[in-house]
Amino acid sequence: MNVEHWGFAVAFLVLGPLLGALLAGLDRRLTARMQSRQGPPLLQPIYDVLKLLEKDTVVVTELQTLYLWGFLFFMAISGFILFLGSDLLLSLFALTVSGIFLCLAAYSTNSPYSNIGSSRELMLMMAYEPMLILVALGFFLVADSFRVSDIVAGSPWQVVQLFGILLGFLFILTIKLRKSPFDLSSSHHGHQELVKGITTDLSGSDLALVEIGHWYENVILLGWLYLFFAPWGLAWALPISLVLFFAEVLVDNTHARLKWATTLKMTWAVTGVLGVTNLLLLPLIA
Amino acid sequence: MPLIALLIGFPLIAGLAILFAPTHARRADLVRWSVYGLGGASLALALSYFRMEPQFFSLGAGVAGALDMAFLLGGIALSAYLLFACRRIKGREWYIPLLILAQTGLMLFAELAPEHPEVARHFYVDSFSILMALIVGLVGGLICLHAIRYMQDYQAHDHEVKDRRPAFFFMLFVFLGAMFGIVFSNHLPWLFFFWEVTTLCSFWLISYSGTEEAVRNGFRALGLNLIGGVAFAGAIVWLTHGPGLHTWELDQLIAAGSTLALIPAVLIAIAGLTKSAQLPFSSWLLGAMVAPTPVSALLHSSTMVKAGVFLLVKLSPVFHDTYAGLLLSLVGGVTFLVTSLVAINQRNAKRVLAYSTIANLGLIVMCAGVGTATTIWAAILLILFHAVAKALLFLSVGTTEHLIGSRDIEDMEGLVYRRPVLAAMMLVGILGMFLAPFGMLLSKYTCFQAFLTMDVMPGDGILLAAILAFGSAPTLFFWSKWMGKLVAMPRRPNPIEAAIPRDEAIALFTLTVITYVACALFPLADWIFVQPYTEFLTGAGLIPLTDDRIPWETIAMMTAMLGGIFLLPLIFWLRPPRFAVVSGYLSGANVDGSASYRGAMGAEREVESRGYYLTGFIQEDLLVRRGLIGAVILMTLMLWSANP
Repeated sequence: MNVEHWGFAVAFLVLGPLLGALLAGLDRRLTARMQSRQGPPLLQPIYDVLKLLEKDTVVVTELQTLYLWGFLFFMAISGFILFLGSDLLLSLFALTVSGIFLCLAAYSTNSPYSNIGSSRELMLMMAYEPMLILVALGFFLVADSFRVSDIVAGSPWQVVQLFGILLGFLFILTIKLRKSPFDLSSSHHGHQELVKGITTDLSGSDLALVEIGHWYENVILLGWLYLFFAPWGLAWALPISLVLFFAEVLVDNTHARLKWATTLKMTWAVTGVLGVTNLLLLPLIA
Repeated sequence: MPLIALLIGFPLIAGLAILFAPTHARRADLVRWSVYGLGGASLALALSYFRMEPQFFSLGAGVAGALDMAFLLGGIALSAYLLFACRRIKGREWYIPLLILAQTGLMLFAELAPEHPEVARHFYVDSFSILMALIVGLVGGLICLHAIRYMQDYQAHDHEVKDRRPAFFFMLFVFLGAMFGIVFSNHLPWLFFFWEVTTLCSFWLISYSGTEEAVRNGFRALGLNLIGGVAFAGAIVWLTHGPGLHTWELDQLIAAGSTLALIPAVLIAIAGLTKSAQLPFSSWLLGAMVAPTPVSALLHSSTMVKAGVFLLVKLSPVFHDTYAGLLLSLVGGVTFLVTSLVAINQRNAKRVLAYSTIANLGLIVMCAGVGTATTIWAAILLILFHAVAKALLFLSVGTTEHLIGSRDIEDMEGLVYRRPVLAAMMLVGILGMFLAPFGMLLSKYTCFQAFLTMDVMPGDGILLAAILAFGSAPTLFFWSKWMGKLVAMPRRPNPIEAAIPRDEAIALFTLTVITYVACALFPLADWIFVQPYTEFLTGAGLIPLTDDRIPWETIAMMTAMLGGIFLLPLIFWLRPPRFAVVSGYLSGANVDGSASYRGAMGAEREVESRGYYLTGFIQEDLLVRRGLIGAVILMTLMLWSANP
């Protein structure tokens, strides 16, 4: 671990939300274009959050803000670990904890909509968690280390060796980005943005915290995707991972929402078929 | 040595004193003093053998002979008592007396053999058994303390149940004494005697209330544990009369390695699996839920199930790099996966805890079967974290049950607002059970690494790691769902008036502190209890030397996370944000806060929403039955593969 790594990690903390906001803005533009709309300006997510911060915040319980702090804190830690080049598995665990805190915030408000939202969010976490772990295990088997810096410096063939894992990861990336067909935790009420599942009872600066957390999350997920191609160097790896990242927008706009049971079964099947098989065959590919 | 004798003997004497105490108040005082005494003695033991290599103790011929005779007669008396208890068996329980006879017959066949192995070193202390002693002494002691008041309320609520509290506390203390016996005995037939005492105690305590259900479940526990007892006795017979290894000493057995010791080790492993309630034997632990909550807490955290995994971890070096070990790990893995999924179905808090106990023990068994320095490390830490967190959870559920009159998770809604301190303790327990950066995480972390580097057959480690990955996800679901209920804002003010009794508060508070400290200072626990043990094993060449320790940087990150969990509430408390409080969104005009709203047609509607239990998705019966079949097959293969 050297100065450069610390630089990355600190840059993530400071610039992460900005980059994440740009990703979100681009996402909205792309979505709009796919639906033959003009779409908002690129910086619209930032304007939204600035506006949210100015608004009055109303809460159901004061403690919900505390849980949101936890959400943001662990999200930042997760990314910090990732960009520090440190332990991938640990970064993943922090990401999970962060997700749990978001669910707790929604649970604490105890309105039926928040309740369903957070239960479904937990269900989705249960669905994608094994695949995320397998991604880390796959990297460990190829690079012989859980350390991100070792994985980045790994073999250029790793994406071939881990092809099944990559496909599995792209599958769950749809869930993580709360895209259709797996966006069931974020909408229950006639597609109005005001009643959005897990964030139903969050408003003002609380909602802004959630948005900033999601920006961080975007960057972290892009970072995970980047890791597959990292040994090819920035010039190749970044464009490829960006293209794959935004391919999710296409999936989002071409699929209808699935029910939770289907989602869970499908995700675990994909994890088993693509992920576990890939790991089992790895000695033959290497 | 005097300390060991004290730890084994003192609970028995204290138990007798309690049994014959004249009044309730006197008895309660005796229990308190005995608990403090036990705690003090186990701490003294930990200090006097601080980070020492294993120490062995030999007894003089006279004492050893007398003890031999005492344990032999004790064993026979125990069997006689159990046979006498069998007068109440029914229909399908006919096999229980047969098992008692088989086990006693096997033991007599071994012990009365004209030539049996000589035992030179009867007792031992190593850092692992010290850790176990601390768990038994402190956690077990605190549970007894909690039981004083709990049992008073229990008897007051349930007039049907005959008040047998003197005998109840006697049994609790005998149980603890037997646990000390198990963790310090190097003499296998003696260890077996203590083993059987725990079976007897659990049987008696589970049937305490004397209801039909309790008696049936008691017999189920007895029957299943006797299967293990017969296997254990079989191992001792093998070590006496069989070809190859002849020894009655545990350390010799472990040192003999997999070529010589595999068959007896596998037989003892079956005994360990029954005691630690792994599939296919898990049903007794769920049945044990009918017992008063302190008994459940004791069975789940510091005694009984821990005796099982203790022996498995001890024998772990024998299993290293064998098919039998891999199959043992798979039995643990199947148990972990199945029970984690099934726990989602449960609304009854005690059943959630029971399934999660079985799942965690499954994880420990997985580690024990692999048998490298890292997995032994992970297993011992899992034992520690599980013991403290689970005891805390059981006791807080017990206290909650007395306060709100229910152990249904749905009824615990809003506990954070209704009973903040109790809820905080429960949350610490839940966090300690599964969440980063607390206990379980660490062990899972090392497990993944250890599994992926094992090498019995191609793909074995990946299989175990995949099981761990798939099994962890449901764990996350059911714990978070429970936490969600605890933190939910109650829709109507619903305060709890009653106070937490003093003894219960002491026990709960101490366990909370221990859980927190164990998590925060785990490197210290590692250095004191685990490293000396694994270093001794690697030094003796029993397990391969590996250097896959967790790097310091990872530990620093974990500490930062733990610090965050501690600091955020502190900052929040010091500088709380002041926001306007409103009632939740109900998709209609709220009438009575968040509790009801004016819906369609102007009718007032009550709000109802419950957690997800996925009962349509996960069928408990079906899944457990499949797990059972799978585990039986795996266990049969394990026995078969032990055959050279």
